[in-house]
Amino acid sequence: MAKPKVAFYWCASCGGCEEAVVDLNEAILGVVEAVDIALWPVALDFKKKHVESWEPGEVAVVFINGAVRTSEQEEWVKLLREKCPVVIAFGSCAHLGGIPGLSNSTTREESFKRKYFDSPSVDNAERVLPQRKTRVNGYELELPEFSATVRKLDDVIEVDYYLPGCPPVPKLIVEAVTAILEGKLPAKGAVLAPEKCLCDECPRKESKPEKVTIERFRRVATEKPDPEKCFLVEGFVCLGPATRSGCGELCIRGNMPCRGCFGPTAETRDQGAKFLSAVGSLLAADQEEKCAELAATLADPLGTFYRFSLPSSILKQRLS
Amino acid sequence: MTEQNFEPVIVGFLCQWCSYTGADLAGTSRLEYPPTLRTVRVMCSGRVDPTFVVTALADGADGVLIAGCHPGDCHYSEGNYRAMRRYPLLMKLLDQFGIEKERVRLEWISASEGDKFARVVREMTEQLKALGPLNWQKRSAALSGAA
Amino acid sequence: MGQKITIDPITRLEGHGKIEIFLDDQGEVERAFFQVPELRGFEAFCVGRPAEELARITPRICGVCPTAHHMASTKCLDDLYQVKPTSTARKLRELAYSAFFVEDHFLHFFYLGGPDFVVGPDAPAGERNILGVIAKVGLEIAGKVIRVRRELRAMMQTMMGKVIHPVFGLPGGVSKGITKENRDEFKKSAEFALEFAKEALAIFDKVVLQNERYVDLVLSEAFTHHTYSMGTVDENNCPNFYDGCLRVVDPDGAEVAKFGPHEYTDYIAEHVEPWSFITFPYLKKVGWQGFVDGPESGVYRVAPLSRLNVADRMATPLAQEAFEKMFQVLGGKPAHQTLAFHWARLIEALYAAERMIELLDDEEITGDDIRNLPTKTPSEGVGIVEAPRGTLIHHYKTDKNGIITGLNLIVATNHNAAPIAMSVEKAARGMVHGPEVTEGMLNLVEMAFRPYDPCLACATHALGKAPLVAHIHDHAGNLIRTVKRD
Repeated sequence: MAKPKVAFYWCASCGGCEEAVVDLNEAILGVVEAVDIALWPVALDFKKKHVESWEPGEVAVVFINGAVRTSEQEEWVKLLREKCPVVIAFGSCAHLGGIPGLSNSTTREESFKRKYFDSPSVDNAERVLPQRKTRVNGYELELPEFSATVRKLDDVIEVDYYLPGCPPVPKLIVEAVTAILEGKLPAKGAVLAPEKCLCDECPRKESKPEKVTIERFRRVATEKPDPEKCFLVEGFVCLGPATRSGCGELCIRGNMPCRGCFGPTAETRDQGAKFLSAVGSLLAADQEEKCAELAATLADPLGTFYRFSLPSSILKQRLS
Repeated sequence: MTEQNFEPVIVGFLCQWCSYTGADLAGTSRLEYPPTLRTVRVMCSGRVDPTFVVTALADGADGVLIAGCHPGDCHYSEGNYRAMRRYPLLMKLLDQFGIEKERVRLEWISASEGDKFARVVREMTEQLKALGPLNWQKRSAALSGAA
Repeated sequence: MGQKITIDPITRLEGHGKIEIFLDDQGEVERAFFQVPELRGFEAFCVGRPAEELARITPRICGVCPTAHHMASTKCLDDLYQVKPTSTARKLRELAYSAFFVEDHFLHFFYLGGPDFVVGPDAPAGERNILGVIAKVGLEIAGKVIRVRRELRAMMQTMMGKVIHPVFGLPGGVSKGITKENRDEFKKSAEFALEFAKEALAIFDKVVLQNERYVDLVLSEAFTHHTYSMGTVDENNCPNFYDGCLRVVDPDGAEVAKFGPHEYTDYIAEHVEPWSFITFPYLKKVGWQGFVDGPESGVYRVAPLSRLNVADRMATPLAQEAFEKMFQVLGGKPAHQTLAFHWARLIEALYAAERMIELLDDEEITGDDIRNLPTKTPSEGVGIVEAPRGTLIHHYKTDKNGIITGLNLIVATNHNAAPIAMSVEKAARGMVHGPEVTEGMLNLVEMAFRPYDPCLACATHALGKAPLVAHIHDHAGNLIRTVKRD
């Protein structure tokens, strides 16, 4: 009997999710034994015409990473949804919008101005800009259209499962692939990672006192984090309380605080707002002036609380 | 709705023990104030999750009022301190989203302060009329729809 | 005008791209364009973020070379806060960085570019990949490739917190050191890496240099461009990937520039075209003459072959031997054969492996003193490293609280944007002859960009949008005037 087929595709992505699959190392040889990979632009030469020729259902599962930003990406993910019975949003960008989602903190106009006009090294007196359609000496060239907003995958197509993380860790990838091959996937819509929050699994959790208060927010740029104490208790913003576990607390073990790449647990609708709720109430202040003073020591709430999840938030983006 | 007769929608999270009662007092005292506020009664201002505030704004509110007991008078001792502590961070976040500071307000309104309640609603209504509608959902949708 | 052939998407590289080839009525190539259709917008959305967070945000420009961005960013933070890393911290950074160079170069050779040679450009699409390589070179070598990358990446994860998107870099040092147990374990991995680096060069020799057809391809005019070269060298003019001065040599090998990070805008400028989101850097003092070679054109190249072109010698013995042999075969230094980038890449991997062992043998590497805390007020900084794919520049401006007010990033593949476009067009002209255009021909065109090991996610970190533009054409379809409204 023919081996089941799987596919990998990328949208506004950095390629880290591809690397995560390659990092399965010897396990990848096992995967390759069990399945045929029908599409993987980073490593294999299959082109769009090959995908268009697939019979519906011929390729059982597609893993799509990256956020959706261009008309080309939108076309591709719709094509893959049509062809594949199971679509898995792979990584923070597809799941929540990811780092490219931070582009929602600014406007499209500001973005192009800073790159093509205001840069200290760009020489562009004629103020040339990349165009949707160009004719160069009679040759017609096209570039895809850009959305004014960054979207996560399920804003564009229906998604069956989510593998969180920036990137997803090998353990969870292997578990997901095994579940697929054994037909043991949970109910549709599930995030394929534990339902606990990071603090529950953190190697530093014993260092937390019963009552946590924050005297002031400190920054790793100018201070030394203690390698054994809970970051939040020490005043370093750490998104552990609002973040799903499953990553193995890699950043913590690197002696740096969590930035929330796994997104929230299923109970939370908006990771950033929830984290604000939690950390806000910990400020050691009972007067309005003191509260304002302490809050001012936290440099960038939007970019910190929504580092990976801005397109998935309730407000989604800055509008002006 | 034209610019001239724009009636703002304000969602008011009022704590049960003080502010909601104060709002009732404004009513029984027959104090006049614009019918712009939609009340949501919560047990304590500390119950107001910032998620409620952003949801209200995203779903059509032009402004949000959070009202609780005066510091020191909270029915649960400390609840209103939580609201107080969250507030400046929330305002900074909203500023980063480009949402004007007049749109979200935290006030301490006791059970006997019907007149304060009415005044706050009047003030907010005037300020929001001047700012215009927020229209968050419509404007957001326009960005995703636009290619 | 005749056919238009589109290669979409291009494959076996990092990022999105397409190639448009226009044939005339005789089936010969008139023009070919290498277009990059993706953008994300880092230079805008990093504004407002605390500077130290950029060392964790900018790696997301690229998940294949996140360590390069992390390191350039960390050095930029040092400069911004005017603080030097401790001696141990500097060595730890260079150690992790060397491990990264080795594993990333092997990734490219075996998974991305190498299959073109090992399996052959005419092999069916389904075989032109790592799986085809494994079938050709055998499971034992495949096992070694996987093992060496696994061990080095495990080492990087231990040192830097995460291997994909590291976290340990801070102004003045690093967040975490290594123990003596770590060091002993890493030493074994480094020694294995060195052995394999030698073996990789032997494989290259066997598979490429002893195959006449491939040698012809490597030396062919269709795959050669006489451009300037740029790379980072230490005080002895040896390549150093972590730190040094930028050096530029002309197509004949004479030094024309040597400068430090703060002077980069005096030497490098970026040109914009309407048909691609990527910008095209060129040497400012030479000037932009279009997509052409030669000493009058400001087009220059970066990455392995260029780095070796600007160097006088290698800093380690085995790499030096390999360096001498390569230039002898290529007919002298500087060498301009694009396919030789693959060869130079393996020589760099060898150097990086030797360098790892030097650093691991240094007593200071397990030291405790890993951080100097900044005391000065930040305002502006530049950090430059050599990424595997070329020179990488991070430039940040902040307010007095260290919040980013502006940034400029010129990333490795960006520098090679014009050369890649030129290489693709030249290869298309040389290899594609209609009316029957075969897949093998098209793969030969793709082989023209693969030696650069392009990282298009890096190159297109920026964002653009089209306002109203009117193009005025003459009757022959030529663009004669452009009217714009922003």
